[in-house]
Amino acid sequence: MLRLIKEFRKKDFMLIFICVLLILFQVWLDLKLPDYMTEITKLVQTEGTKINEVLTQGGYMLLCAGGSLVAAFLVGYLVSYVSATFSKRTRKTLFEKVQSFSMEEMKRFRTSSLITRTTNDITNIQMFIAMGLQMLIKAPITAIWAIFKIFGKGWEWSLATLVAVVILLVVITSLMIIVLPRFKIIQELIDNINGLTRENLNGIRVIRAFNAEKYQEEKFEQGNNNLTKTQTFSQKVMSIMSPAMYLIMNFLTLSIYTIGSSLLSNAGMFDRLSIFSNMVVFSSYAMQVLMSFLMLAMIFIMYPRASVSANRIREVLDTDEKIKDGNFKENTKTYGEIEFKNVSFKYPDADEYILENISFKASKGDTLAIIGSTGSGKSTIVNLIMRFYDVTNGEILIDGVNVKDYKLEVLHEKLGYVPQRAVMFDGSVSYNIGYGKNEIPEKQIKKAAKIAQAEEFIKNMPDKYDANIASGGTNISGGQKQRVAIARAIAKNPEILVFDDSFSALDYKTDYLLRKQLKENIKEATSIIVAQRIGTIINADTIVVLDKGKIVGIGKHKELLKKCKVYKEIALSQLSKEELENE
Amino acid sequence: MSNEDKKTSAPIRGHGPGGRRNPGEKPKNLSLTLKKMAKYLKPFMSVLIISLVLAAASSVLSIIGPNKLSDLTDELSKGLVINKEKLTSVTEDITSSLNEEKIKRISANIMDIKLDNNTIMLINGSNDISTEEKTSFNNFIKNASTISKEELMEEITKLPNNITNVILPDSTIDNVLVSSDDKVAFIENLSNADLSNQKAMVKALSNMPESVQKIMLPNSKIEGVLITTDEKVKFLSKMGNIDKNSSASTIYKALDELPDNISNLIKPKMDGKTIKSIIIFLVTIYLISALFNFLESFLMAIMSNKFAKSLRTKISIKINKLALKYFDTHLTGDILSRVTNDVDTIGVNLSQSLGSLVAAIALFIGCVIMMFATNWIMAITAIVSSLFGFGFMATVLGKSQKYFLARQVELGKLNGHIEEIYTNHNVVKAYNGNYDASKTFDKLNDNVFECNRMSQFLSGLMPSMMNFIGNFGYVAVCVVGALLVINGHITFGVIVAFMLYVRLFTSPLSQIAQGMASIQSTCAAAERVFEFVEETEMEDESHLTKKLDPKKVKGNIQFNHVKFGYNKDKVIIKDFNCKVKPGQKIAIVGPTGAGKTTMVNLLMKFYNIYDGEILIDGVSIKELTRENIHDLFIMVLQDTWLFDGSIRDNVKYNTKNISDKKIMEALETVGVDHFVKSLPGVLNYRVKDSDSVSAGQKQLLTIARGMIKDAPFLILDEATSSVDTRTEELVQKAMDKLTKGRTSFIIAHRLSTIKNADLILVMKEGNIIEQGNHKELMRQNGFYAELYNSQFKN
Repeated sequence: MLRLIKEFRKKDFMLIFICVLLILFQVWLDLKLPDYMTEITKLVQTEGTKINEVLTQGGYMLLCAGGSLVAAFLVGYLVSYVSATFSKRTRKTLFEKVQSFSMEEMKRFRTSSLITRTTNDITNIQMFIAMGLQMLIKAPITAIWAIFKIFGKGWEWSLATLVAVVILLVVITSLMIIVLPRFKIIQELIDNINGLTRENLNGIRVIRAFNAEKYQEEKFEQGNNNLTKTQTFSQKVMSIMSPAMYLIMNFLTLSIYTIGSSLLSNAGMFDRLSIFSNMVVFSSYAMQVLMSFLMLAMIFIMYPRASVSANRIREVLDTDEKIKDGNFKENTKTYGEIEFKNVSFKYPDADEYILENISFKASKGDTLAIIGSTGSGKSTIVNLIMRFYDVTNGEILIDGVNVKDYKLEVLHEKLGYVPQRAVMFDGSVSYNIGYGKNEIPEKQIKKAAKIAQAEEFIKNMPDKYDANIASGGTNISGGQKQRVAIARAIAKNPEILVFDDSFSALDYKTDYLLRKQLKENIKEATSIIVAQRIGTIINADTIVVLDKGKIVGIGKHKELLKKCKVYKEIALSQLSKEELENE
Repeated sequence: MSNEDKKTSAPIRGHGPGGRRNPGEKPKNLSLTLKKMAKYLKPFMSVLIISLVLAAASSVLSIIGPNKLSDLTDELSKGLVINKEKLTSVTEDITSSLNEEKIKRISANIMDIKLDNNTIMLINGSNDISTEEKTSFNNFIKNASTISKEELMEEITKLPNNITNVILPDSTIDNVLVSSDDKVAFIENLSNADLSNQKAMVKALSNMPESVQKIMLPNSKIEGVLITTDEKVKFLSKMGNIDKNSSASTIYKALDELPDNISNLIKPKMDGKTIKSIIIFLVTIYLISALFNFLESFLMAIMSNKFAKSLRTKISIKINKLALKYFDTHLTGDILSRVTNDVDTIGVNLSQSLGSLVAAIALFIGCVIMMFATNWIMAITAIVSSLFGFGFMATVLGKSQKYFLARQVELGKLNGHIEEIYTNHNVVKAYNGNYDASKTFDKLNDNVFECNRMSQFLSGLMPSMMNFIGNFGYVAVCVVGALLVINGHITFGVIVAFMLYVRLFTSPLSQIAQGMASIQSTCAAAERVFEFVEETEMEDESHLTKKLDPKKVKGNIQFNHVKFGYNKDKVIIKDFNCKVKPGQKIAIVGPTGAGKTTMVNLLMKFYNIYDGEILIDGVSIKELTRENIHDLFIMVLQDTWLFDGSIRDNVKYNTKNISDKKIMEALETVGVDHFVKSLPGVLNYRVKDSDSVSAGQKQLLTIARGMIKDAPFLILDEATSSVDTRTEELVQKAMDKLTKGRTSFIIAHRLSTIKNADLILVMKEGNIIEQGNHKELMRQNGFYAELYNSQFKN
């Protein structure tokens, strides 16, 4: 938690300092207030008091209360400003940091975890700062000041207050020791219920096909029972809290009065009045002391959660991004050229290479296909081209320049990437196709959509190109998403198109039409196609066959059928002998 | 099996599981929801009522507290003010013996000077008396007849001791021996004193010799307490300076210096007995109130959790009773959020807010009653002064509520953006979308900042404002109270009571406001839960008595003029006819989104057809229960659905009496036995998401599951997703084994399957447009032929 203080700026510290002053002022007023109360009490007590005197003291008291309110206003304003600014700034820093991450860091942290860190964790910390900052300043000041004020006014009362504070702290700590770990368990049990329901919903057809409704319900009921039991228990324990607080406070007041009564009866007349007013004042100060300790206890309850969040944020901020941006942004001599030179790759902590000694070359306008079974390293090749990862050995040259030397922005400008899983952004169809480019002409978007075979379904949408696509593309089908993603790459007009298994969600016919249109319309661009289906790549200029990270064959379809066993195996699993021979 | 094409306009509420509902959310129909809530709560009603009564009782008891505490204060403050009458009466008692007559009598007695000749002679003849002394005595005698009595007295005091001893001999007055010296002292004092002035007299008295004092202020008993002469003298000398204009502190100081037995007489007494009984009473009240409070929370915890549990169970059962159609238009996240967030909201609010709301209302009403019962002027003062503050607070509260709602919305937007950018990280990078993303982020972040700041600021004001209102009420009560006390209308205790009432009175109001808000959000959550629980279920089938025995079914299926559509106004299958013989393989083909899963939905009676008939062995599926139909089919889907559980449970899924041996056999048949054996715990191995079980292996496990079930019909959805070549082979082999001897419907992607099928159903845009076997369809040269040929073109 403390390490996040780094994120505070000078101005924040200034504001916090002002807060401290204001809180000092406020506490002073708050503690001054009982003095006037006593004064009023005395006045009301004594015979012959003029109403004017009460009014004057009352006026002072109101002045105190009003001043305290104004101070509270200001403190509240400043603290909420500081905490909101802090969360805004930290969130921004975090967001930019994550943006700069490479795929490696994304994988390490997991996307869902990064999302929680940027959203929930920041909110947690903000809450802590907003509530904790005020309490953290105010509670000790009040406690110390109030103790100072009542110090020496009667050790009997002080002892009673001390006992009450100790009991309060003991009650709170023991409740928290029992309940806090259970809160964690409850969260897990809720997740479990969530998981069970999700399971039920996702498998609804299977469940019904197997007439397994009862089975699922019983499973759910078990989870439900566990959750209910734990939750009931912790709530039962927590139900001690409020009556306990009530008792502690009231018994403290009562003890002060009881002690007061015995002090009074033993004292002379002259002392009695001061004892009595001391007693009234003491009971209110003692309450302040008690409340301050309650506040401090609250902070200690809140702290662990905020601290965990803070560490999670810190962890992200402290991570060095692996991929360092290059400087090259000049024009290259050639265009659309890509070459792998003895490229090997393994994950940083892994022993085994995912890719070993990969070399191939594609020139402008070529179609280079990469085929192989799952785990053969096809997608890794794409990730290396995109520089989502850096090669372990060897080099990748695009237009004769090592990808590591390029300014990432310039490199990505050259590449039109279509991922395996089509990605949609919340926005119109046009926005999605023209993504990343400012002011892309409408004509270009429409042309790209047409080539990507997306025109037909877009025209059927209510607002056509202005139709909204929900984040994640939940309102269009998988095939449609894939076509929009392909259109996006085409609209960019890149030197090299990179399709990472982007065609498998399309049916044969669409697949065929799309490739045909690509060939006809985009002659300039080089295509790198990672594919599963033989049909998709059958006519590629070069086919690279991968198996377990190594190139086992490179050439054209017919050559490979003859000389590459793996290729033949794959081909035969998809097409019959006759069909292959027909070709 | 994807429903993507049918999920047209799913309602998006913008909160998935884990996302918090708006705190200020309002139900659409509050009164209806409240009524329903009462209905659902019926089984818990008695406990609920008991706990609410306890809550109210506890808070009413807590009102008595301050009232009693004020009695205690009153009792204690009785010790502060002396009773003036008492002081006067004691003074009178003490000075009663001190009257002029007595003084005169005593004076006369004392001043009975012996100046006869005998005495003179005795003095002059005495050897003890010096000549000098004799001379002064004789001078005195000479002058005695010429000077006044006062002067005479003065002269006497000037005489030497051994002379005064003679002329003022020791004597006994009122049984008190007054020595000659005392007499001289008396005369001396008396001559200086002004007897008409009481004060001077008292002062003179204090200088008198003891014996005289004893005569003047003899020991006496006042209210049974013996007061000695000394004490009386002390009293008179201390109190001598006190008059009507003396300040209280001077009086109290003087009182404190009095001898104990007198001061005890005058000092006000605190009634120890009453104080003790009040303290005991208060302790009892506090304990009972706390106990009630505890019992209420305790019962509520049990009740609300039971209620939440019952709601969750209802939802879980409901999920299985709804037609699949429902899930086409409702998002999983939305249903999940009802099970967890909404039910949680209901449970927590019920246990926390309802009790405190009732308690607050009871406290509020009780407070008002008590205040008016105590003193109506003060009551009005307290209420009016607080109301003024509450008006202000309500405005602030309303404003902050607005910011809270806005904050929720803005935060949702920002989180959505973050989620989008993070999950699409690679595309954002590849398209240099960072700038755009940052710009949007900044804008959203700014909005969140503004709402955050304001909502936090305004809501943070609440306690301070409450405090101020409390203080304001305090001063108002004190001022008005002081006026009333000065006029003698009320005692100080009433003010103290009101000081506490003002505080008590301000707290429930904000609790009531908060309670109301939370009741509202509870109702909003309850509304959603009830809406789901009360959703129309699939039609009841208990009247269907026909049953087909899976063991005896031959395997005929016939479609007669089947008409169907997901929406009533959009019929997609117009008139489908087809006859399937036992053991035949039917391949369903078509481009993505052609509605291939529709056939599955109809066969499994997941959806009802509009018109026509589907006959299994000549029996219409309308006459069969869904349960019975499901027993006839093995269904293996592309989405390899494995649940969180052991491999054993996943494979034998819901089929009873299956030995581990049988399971291992099935695993062997599909060729996944080696893999399973390599897992820790083998059949006990828990399958979870993203585990070491690959997609292909998952597929094999689901096929094994189908094998265990063993039914006459098979529905098979071939995988499009790729697995490695070796696993792919295994999967294909396993699938082939599964189809053996069964009437099979296969959503086909592999050409070999399609070409070997007895019947191919070609689907496009939901409808079946062609049917026949491969050769026939190729001959037709229609859509199928085009589809088939396209894979070879480039």
